[in-house]
Amino acid sequence: MDIRLESISHRYDGMEVMRDISLEIPSGRIMCIVGPSGCGKSTLLRIIGGLERPYAGQVNLIGEPPTDSLNPLTYVFQDFALLPWRTVQGNVSLVLEDHGIRGARAKEIIADVLARTKLSDFATALPKQLSGGMKQRVAIARALAVNPAVMLMDEPLSALDSQTRELLMDDLIALWTRTPFTGVYVTHNLAEAVRLGHAIVVLSRRPGEVREIVKIDKPLAERTFSDPDLEEPQRHLWDLMREEARAADAELIDV
Amino acid sequence: MSEPRPVTFRGGGFAPKSVRWIGVAVFLALIAIAEIGTQAGWISALTLPRPSDVLDTFVQLYQSGLLWKHMTPSLTRLAVGALFGVSVGISVGVLIGLFSYVRSGLVPLVAAIFPIPKIALLPLFVIWFGIDEGSKYALIAFGTFTPTVVATYGAVDNVDRTLIRMGQSFGLSWWSIVRKIVLPGAMPGILSGLRISLAIAIILLVAAEMLGAEYGIGAYILEAGSLYDLERLFVGVAILSLLGVCVSAAIGAIEKYLLNWRN
Repeated sequence: MDIRLESISHRYDGMEVMRDISLEIPSGRIMCIVGPSGCGKSTLLRIIGGLERPYAGQVNLIGEPPTDSLNPLTYVFQDFALLPWRTVQGNVSLVLEDHGIRGARAKEIIADVLARTKLSDFATALPKQLSGGMKQRVAIARALAVNPAVMLMDEPLSALDSQTRELLMDDLIALWTRTPFTGVYVTHNLAEAVRLGHAIVVLSRRPGEVREIVKIDKPLAERTFSDPDLEEPQRHLWDLMREEARAADAELIDV
Repeated sequence: MSEPRPVTFRGGGFAPKSVRWIGVAVFLALIAIAEIGTQAGWISALTLPRPSDVLDTFVQLYQSGLLWKHMTPSLTRLAVGALFGVSVGISVGVLIGLFSYVRSGLVPLVAAIFPIPKIALLPLFVIWFGIDEGSKYALIAFGTFTPTVVATYGAVDNVDRTLIRMGQSFGLSWWSIVRKIVLPGAMPGILSGLRISLAIAIILLVAAEMLGAEYGIGAYILEAGSLYDLERLFVGVAILSLLGVCVSAAIGAIEKYLLNWRN
C-alpha cells in the first residue's frame, strides 16, 4: 500500500505552518522527514495517520492493505504512550481486544511480538519498572501486534539516551530486514535519518515546504554506526538545514 | 595553600516522611495531659471531661446496647446517601469531562450549588422527601455530589491526552477509550476527591440527625449537648472522628489496590 500526499497545507489559528507538501511514500520503504523545529513535521505525521485534518489537500492510500492488517496506519510515539496501569502484555493486548482477539489467539500474537522485540521475559512487568529503551520496545511490539501496513514513527528515539538509541536503531533495522514495512519516520536527528531512511525529505522552516528529497541507496542492513558512506549525505543534509535551523532558532515562539 | 576543608552538607530537609507511631503518641500524650490535668484539678471539670469518665460512658453505652441502636441508622444513612451522591457525582463528572455541551451547561450550575451550605436546604428536603430517612439520604447525597463532580471532571481533564490519541490511532472504539484509558487515568483524582466528599458526608450526617432523628450519632450528641453532659458529648465526638479515620483508611486500602501501578 502506497501513500500519496497531495498538496497538504496546514494552519493553526490563521498562521501557516505547512505549504503545499506533495509526497509519494512507496510501500516497503522507510521515508524519513527532517526539518528544523517548528516546521510541522510531527503535524504532517499526524495528518498522514488521520489524527489531524489538513487545512487543504488530502492524503490518499493507493492499493489495499494486507487483509490480515488490523490497523493499517499505526503510530509509534515519542513518549511511548503506554498505559501505566497495564503490564507489558496488557499494553499489547489493549490494541487486540477491540478487534475481538482474546484468549489463545491473543496470547500467540503477544508472545510473537514480544519475542521479536526481545521482551519475552518482561511480559508481566509494569511500564514503571522498565527503562526508556524497553518502554519504546513495548510500544514497537504493540505496533507490530496489529500487523501495520505503514508504521508512522514520531521521533521514536528522541526521549532515549544515545547508547539506547543506537541499540534501538539496530533493532528497527533488524525488524525491517525480517519483514520490510512501509515507514514514515520523523526525526530532527540527521544520523538517525541517514541510518534508517531510504529517502529523506528535508522540510524548510515554517511554513514547511519540501526543500529536497535525498535518496540513499545503500541497503539498511549494511549501514553501520558512523558509516563513511553515510557521511556525505549527512553533511549534505546539514548544509541544507543549517541556515533554516539557525533562522528557526531565532524566531519568537508564538504558537 | 590553605587547609583542605570538607564541604558542608546543605541539602537536607524539605522531604517530610511519615514516622510510624508518632501520630498515636501525640494522641496519647494529649489524652494523658487531659487526664492528669482533670485529676489534679488544674483543668476544671466544666472545661473538659475526664478521659477516663468518657471511656466509662462509652463502655456503658456499649453494654446497654444503645451503641448499635445509634450506630446502625447512622451508618445506613451514611452508606445510602454517600453511595448515591458519589455514584451520580462520578457519572456527571465523567460526562462533563467528555462532552462540550454537558460541560458548558453544568459547570456553572455546579459552581452555583457548590458553595450553598447544604444544611440550609434541609427544610426544603424535608418537604420534598419527607421527615423520615428520605430527607437525610438526600442531604448527604447532595452534599457529596458537588465535590465529587468537581474532583471527577478535573481528574478526567488531567488524563494524558497522548494516551487518548494513542487509543484513537489504534482504532479503539469510543467506549473502549473511556473504559480502558479515561476512567483508569482519572482514578487517582477521583479517589482523592472521594476523601473530601466522604468527610463532608459525615459532617452532614450529624447535621441531618440533629434536626429530627430519634436515634443516630447526631441525635445522641445533640441530646448530650442540651443536657450539658460533656462525657456523652465527647463519646459522640470520638465516635465521629473514629468513623472518619476508618473511612480514610478504607479509601487508602482502595487506593493501594487500584493504584498499585503508581510509585
